[in-house]
Amino acid sequence: MIEVQRHEHDVIVIGAGGAGLRAAIEASLQGCRVALICKSLLGKAHTVMAEGGAAAALGNVFPEDNWKVHFRDTMRGGKMHNNWRMAMIHAQEAPDRIRELEAWGALFDRTADGRINQRPFGGHTYSRLAHVGDRTGLEMIRVLQDKAVHCGVDVFMECTVIKLAVVDGKVCGALGYWRESGRFVLFRAHAVVLATGGIGKAWAITSNSWEYTGDGHALAYDAGAELIDMEFVQFHPTGMVWPPSVRGILVTEGVRGEGGVLLNNQGRRFMFDYMPEMYRGDFAETEEEADAWVTGDRKKNRRPPELLTRDVVSKAIVAEVKAGRGSPHGGVFLDIASKRDPEYIKKKLPSMYHQFKELAGVDITKEPMEVGPTVHYVMGGVKVDPETQAATVPGLFAAGEVAGGMHGANRLGGNSLSDLLVFGRRAGLGAAEYAKRQGRLPEIPQNLVNETVEWALAPFERSGGENPYQVQEDLRRTMQENCGIVRDQAGLEQALADLAKLKERAMRTGITGSREYNPGWHTCLDLHSQLTVAEMVVRSCMERKESRGAHTRFDYPDSDPNWERKEVVVRRDGDRMEVKVVPQPEIPEELMTIIKEGA
Amino acid sequence: MAKRVFRLFRGQGNTGQLVDYELECDEGMVVLDAVHRIQAEQAPDLACRWNCKAGKCGSCSAEINGKPRLMCMTRLSDYPPDRPITITPMKAFPLIKDLVTDVSWNYEVNRRLPEFKPRPPDFPDGSWRMYQYEVERAQEFRKCIECFLCQDVCHVLRTHRKHDEFIGPAFLTRAAAYETHPLDTNDRATYLKEQGGIGYCNITKCCTEVCPESIAITDNAIIPLKERVVDRHYDPLRAIVRLLKG
Ligand SMILES: Cc1cc2nc3c(=O)[nH]c(=O)nc-3n(C[C@H](O)[C@H](O)[C@H](O)COP(=O)(O)OP(=O)(O)OC[C@H]3O[C@@H](n4cnc5c(N)ncnc54)[C@H](O)[C@@H]3O)c2cc1C
Ligand code: SF4
Ligand code: SF4
Ligand code: FES
Repeated sequence: MIEVQRHEHDVIVIGAGGAGLRAAIEASLQGCRVALICKSLLGKAHTVMAEGGAAAALGNVFPEDNWKVHFRDTMRGGKMHNNWRMAMIHAQEAPDRIRELEAWGALFDRTADGRINQRPFGGHTYSRLAHVGDRTGLEMIRVLQDKAVHCGVDVFMECTVIKLAVVDGKVCGALGYWRESGRFVLFRAHAVVLATGGIGKAWAITSNSWEYTGDGHALAYDAGAELIDMEFVQFHPTGMVWPPSVRGILVTEGVRGEGGVLLNNQGRRFMFDYMPEMYRGDFAETEEEADAWVTGDRKKNRRPPELLTRDVVSKAIVAEVKAGRGSPHGGVFLDIASKRDPEYIKKKLPSMYHQFKELAGVDITKEPMEVGPTVHYVMGGVKVDPETQAATVPGLFAAGEVAGGMHGANRLGGNSLSDLLVFGRRAGLGAAEYAKRQGRLPEIPQNLVNETVEWALAPFERSGGENPYQVQEDLRRTMQENCGIVRDQAGLEQALADLAKLKERAMRTGITGSREYNPGWHTCLDLHSQLTVAEMVVRSCMERKESRGAHTRFDYPDSDPNWERKEVVVRRDGDRMEVKVVPQPEIPEELMTIIKEGA
Repeated sequence: MAKRVFRLFRGQGNTGQLVDYELECDEGMVVLDAVHRIQAEQAPDLACRWNCKAGKCGSCSAEINGKPRLMCMTRLSDYPPDRPITITPMKAFPLIKDLVTDVSWNYEVNRRLPEFKPRPPDFPDGSWRMYQYEVERAQEFRKCIECFLCQDVCHVLRTHRKHDEFIGPAFLTRAAAYETHPLDTNDRATYLKEQGGIGYCNITKCCTEVCPESIAITDNAIIPLKERVVDRHYDPLRAIVRLLKG
């Protein structure tokens, strides 16, 4: 028999980024025994990489900012597809969550009068992002990490969860393996919070790391939960494009927030040519006005068009490149050198300066950067209750990037870090309250454990099988080619056919070596999540026969009013993936008034 | 670009050896890319850590030709093409496998460090006022990405293995981050002297040299902390001498 280590808690949180940490802290403050489990070392989750800042209507820079304006920006940025209640809660609670972070030790950059400073970002009417230079995520994760540790949360690092235990229709535990030893471990708990982040590693060009294999999405799916909006995958407009080995690494929107401009190879600031109807009148119409906004009066002048939402900017870049106006390596130019002096750039964007200098040999205080779109964020995810973050299966909760609804069809920059805090806390609270209502911990049947362990160890029996890295690479290639920024039916069908073949190959992957810290083996197991998630995305893309926000189709280039406020829901039905379309809850009248104001 | 040779440490626990891998390399590649390519093409079970690939997370620490560095921020073009590049795990920590070491000791140390305790809020809404010039000093130390390269290079840990008595430059930097925090009221002087072993540091500055975040660990963090500790635990005899010397 296989030996399985066992632990018991009231609440387990899978994922130690901003959302998971905040959830664990809250559940612990509610008096629960909490386990926090993560694949990497503590403090290395994606949250650490976030650069630009966290959006919250603190009103420190623009006193006229308030939750209503933030709510309106979020809904319009999300193309009205957001879960309105989540967008509302988020806008209302974000300022408190940021102030709370300060009380726990975060040191944000300051305004002249000593408050938390706020920087402008795409799609936000006012300067709204609390930040620390361009390392906001690092500040956030360290503060939360220390708080969690001092709250007495039990941390299990380098431990990967591969299965949720469902007994009598309720989620009541999780099975994982230690990366170091390859041994298995079973966590029993009344409630499980998923905070596993995103799915970007299924594409060839991405800002995401090896962790973003969509495990949480797949775990929820396998457990029978509903997922929504999986067709909405955000391409960040500015990833590095050269040299090849750094392709996809993020260039923060903060560069544009600080005055950086996008140029084609003819030196034209092409974003002036791509103003969508919805935003006409909100943005500068001449370079003079845009420049005056950057360096001078932000109240009299309107924002530069480089700060349009990410879906708009990404598509504009693709169009420029297609028209032959791209940069030498297939991107466009992002120039801040001619707009700001070197000292300012190094002070406000130190890690960008460092990143280009070290990795591309480019001095951004002197030369323009070459940039192009990169897969960055998934708006879709586990369907949750806006108040408690409860998923559609009892005992399961989700927060952060793995949860869907908050960001609609397109996320605004800076809204993720605040989302993690607001809904991380609510998930922790929701899970704690749910856990307290439960009786004894249910027993997890041994066969459930055995089956999963057997499945997980199978690649060792198949030495000489498919190379897991090759399968992963082929998956990433087909998703990039056939399910990229612009999609069509033929491409999506091709992707689906490729996925079917890849699934077969994934079942034949083999691995040599021992169970101890064996990344080849880990990749074999990750493939299950990646393929599940890729299929959800492709099927959802096929279903939505229109273009909206981050989902663009060649064959249906316009938004279709019949698709307005309808969401695509994915759920497991035996071995079949069920896809259906359901209407979203109606937006209350008074909120519609807020959204329409100033539009 | 042509072929290059990489000499990697492969092994577990107490055993291991250097193994050569020959690899086709492209323009702009960093050491981590080479390790990944070896993994994908020749040694699927090769263990290494990484996350951001951009010098932000501090996961990919190793020793490259004997120097503690981040693999993701080290370009192949910085090394002569005709000589092998040697990649070995950090020496100051127990080996797990290949390039991965057991760094859990660092997390233990961090947990024991006296935590942040703010002064009461300045305003009834729970907020404080702090100015940019006040936060800047602490911000330097808060850039730390916990790569533990400074711990790896410090002779007190690396050679003398004083892990039980010395918290190392990384956590002296963390202590400095708290001590210079404009709101903090906690006192760490006694801790740093008695449990932290700050006296072990003899200011060689090796830690500062390897820090990928360019934190002036010795000058800005350790020396002022040492002064603070001395001030607190001041020795009456020395004080008299100082007094007499004027
Ligand atoms: C380079 C970059 C810059 C960004 N900049 C910004 C910004 O300026 N502002 C902003 O708002 N957003 C930004 N984002 C987006 C934002 O950082 C992420 O969306 C957010 O951090 C996700 O947080 P999370 O808590 O949901 O997940 P993460 O921080 O990604 O954490 C996921 C956690 O889940 C764990 N995990 C995953 N699968 C498993 C498993 N199977 N078993 C156990 N553990 C598991 C991981 O180990 C990790 O601990 C940026 C993203 C990137 C990549
Ligand atoms: S300066 Fe002190 S802490 Fe830094 S390496 Fe030298 S002895 Fe170690
Ligand atoms: S102080 Fe510098 S070298 Fe030391 S852990 Fe932090 S970032 Fe790494
Ligand atoms: S991978 Fe993050 S620092 Fe190297």
